[in-house]
Amino acid sequence: MSTALTYPPRTLAPEQDAMRAEIRAFLEKDYAAGGFSRGQEAMARYDIEFSRRFGAAGFIGVTWPKKYGGRELTFLDRYVIIEEVLAAGAPCGAHWVADRQSGPLLLKYGTEEQRERFLPPIVRGESYFCIGMSEPDSGSDLASVRCSATKVDGGWLLNGTKLWTSLAHVCHYMIALVRTSPLDPQHRHAGMSQMIVDLNSPGVEVRPVYNLAGEHHFNQEVFTDCFVPDENVVGEVGNGWEQVMSELAYERSGPERILSTFQTLVELVRSVGDNPTETEARAIGRLTAHLATLRGMALSVAGMLADGKMPITEAALVKDLGTNYCKEVPEVARLICSPEDGAGGNSTYESMLKTATLIAPSLTIQGGTREILRGMIARGLGLR
Amino acid sequence: MRTLILDTADRIFRDICDQVLIDKAEKGEWPAGLWQTLEESGLTQASVPEERGGAGGTLGDGLYFLKTSGRYAAPLPLAETLIAGVLLAQAGADVPAGPLTVAPVRANETIAVVGGKLSGTATRIPFARNASAIVVLTSEGLVVVDPAQVTIEPGKSMAGEPRDTVIFDGAPATVVGGAVAFEALMRLGALARSVQMAGAMEGILAMSLQYVQDRVQFGRTLSKFQAVQQSMAAMAGQVAAASAAADAAIESTEAGDNGINIAVAKARVGEAAGVAAELAHQAHGAIGFTHEYALHQFTRRMWAWRDEFGGEPYWQAELGRQVAKAGADRLWVLASQT
Ligand SMILES: Cc1cc2nc3c(=O)[nH]c(=O)nc-3n(C[C@H](O)[C@H](O)[C@H](O)COP(=O)(O)OP(=O)(O)OC[C@H]3O[C@@H](n4cnc5c(N)ncnc54)[C@H](O)[C@@H]3O)c2cc1C
Repeated sequence: MSTALTYPPRTLAPEQDAMRAEIRAFLEKDYAAGGFSRGQEAMARYDIEFSRRFGAAGFIGVTWPKKYGGRELTFLDRYVIIEEVLAAGAPCGAHWVADRQSGPLLLKYGTEEQRERFLPPIVRGESYFCIGMSEPDSGSDLASVRCSATKVDGGWLLNGTKLWTSLAHVCHYMIALVRTSPLDPQHRHAGMSQMIVDLNSPGVEVRPVYNLAGEHHFNQEVFTDCFVPDENVVGEVGNGWEQVMSELAYERSGPERILSTFQTLVELVRSVGDNPTETEARAIGRLTAHLATLRGMALSVAGMLADGKMPITEAALVKDLGTNYCKEVPEVARLICSPEDGAGGNSTYESMLKTATLIAPSLTIQGGTREILRGMIARGLGLR
Repeated sequence: MRTLILDTADRIFRDICDQVLIDKAEKGEWPAGLWQTLEESGLTQASVPEERGGAGGTLGDGLYFLKTSGRYAAPLPLAETLIAGVLLAQAGADVPAGPLTVAPVRANETIAVVGGKLSGTATRIPFARNASAIVVLTSEGLVVVDPAQVTIEPGKSMAGEPRDTVIFDGAPATVVGGAVAFEALMRLGALARSVQMAGAMEGILAMSLQYVQDRVQFGRTLSKFQAVQQSMAAMAGQVAAASAAADAAIESTEAGDNGINIAVAKARVGEAAGVAAELAHQAHGAIGFTHEYALHQFTRRMWAWRDEFGGEPYWQAELGRQVAKAGADRLWVLASQT
């Protein structure tokens, strides 16, 4: 009878426990050797040397076929790797998108030639991709993209502007969603295509857009008659919308949506110490209860994906709950333990709290806004 | 086995446990027919071993049955019967038939055994007046008391469920099983209330979704308004989280886990219950505030249950102290226990 969305508890198999031991051992060793610094929103922080070591150790593209360098492991093995990396606050941003969505996209829609060319360097942690969906006039309303590609001999000429592209300045390629036919108001989702754009090719300008913390995380790209060869078109010309929608399912289902401000919670616990007041204990307990519940739900979604299901609504709901939770962590922390009042006594705590507060506004916007996600959930509930 | 239990339970509740029955129960009429049907199906003692008088199911069977009962706001001591049965069976004692309850349910009330007789008073005992036996936690061990031998002063929760004061003075005390730590009762109670609330929340989500699709204002159904869709999505989020937390607690308890999952569940579900009830009432407008409409039968139970066997502050603090004790570097390991 139930109209509720259900998240059956998922228990991991011994193989995944082994994987957890493997990734934890790697991270502990790498951290102890000074390999990386801990931080929040780990997938927004990058360190090319870390990504290379991570790839060399066999942790990128683990579910992909062996012939492209993958390990043919399960989706749940990947889940364990990702949650451990994020919980450790390691800077995995450089290879993040390639591992999470560009690789899977090429496996699903790409040509054999594209897979052989692009996947092995991704697996080695040497080749990075960014997502070229948003534009100045197209955010939530993605079907309104205007960036266009015009057919020429042997390829396409790209013109237009992409915006908010995370880490484009570090990436080698962008998978861009572009119009290959003019917008037809009757069929807004038709006439779009996806192409792999080499960001070092002529006619591409990548400009930094500084965020409110003064940091360079995302970018604007201007394309002026940028040539994209035919062999870089992903899937079928005109099928871009469907492809992008299947890509977004990967983007929304991961543990990154619940762990963005986890380091603040860790340092809060450290600052409070082992003999908390009643107020401190309650606040920490409440945040932990939310975290444990969300983690169970995220794992359940990973399990559904592993079973070959497409839990689009379930993933949207975890993203909505998870990102709201991430924003709450620094708010609760500052109320019970404010560095301004001399509380905390731990400079790492103060710096984590500061960054968490500064990144918070972005969490419920990137990857689909709260309002858009709730619209998807409402659809899943049969209301639209 | 479990599917069969839950299908049977669902069918019985759907057929018998309607708004009128709940209303009468809240006015003091014992729903004998519903109880009898459930008992005859073995559902009331689902988790008790056969040799102790039960149906021989697992603890999880009983708890998922309880979740189903929450979805129908069943006005019976099903949680209390489950808790009493489990405590007795674990202590190696036989489990009597009929509705059961436990006492005391607050840490500062002690019932003592003096010269083979009980002394002490326990307050807010669920359904004491309806129980065929009260299982009493004393320092000497578990005692099964016949309600006819004690003084019962009736009281009610805001859900209209019996929460009675029981005066034990002079009741004969035969110890039937070893002593049970009060914390063990709190954990079982918190788990039971969590799954009941999660069930009730699934119930009010279904009611609310139906209502917004039926009710027309401004020439269209409420479900067509984006603001209403957004609040239903927010409610679904709370309900899904509550259900997931409750299920996780059931699974890990059944697996013999002594970890943090019950604390997580009671803290998280209690919080979700408040938010979900608020959103459900908002979506229903004035009709939901009437006695005539059934929503309150669920929301009043959720409001009452969230404070019983430790409210959110109790379990948050309990969990917070465990986290603090384990230390910052063990936080992830604790929170990701599966
Ligand atoms: C840190 C960060 C990194 C990002 N990285 C990338 C990236 O790598 N690649 C990429 O392509 N994009 C990226 N984005 C862009 C992101 O996907 C968009 O910001 C997002 O989709 C929202 O679009 P917008 O900013 O244009 O807001 P708008 O769409 O203009 O929305 C503004 C507000 O109006 C609300 N709104 C809009 N439409 C509706 C509606 N129909 N119903 C109700 N409310 C509505 C929104 O929910 C929001 O609150 C990134 C964004 C951020 C903040």
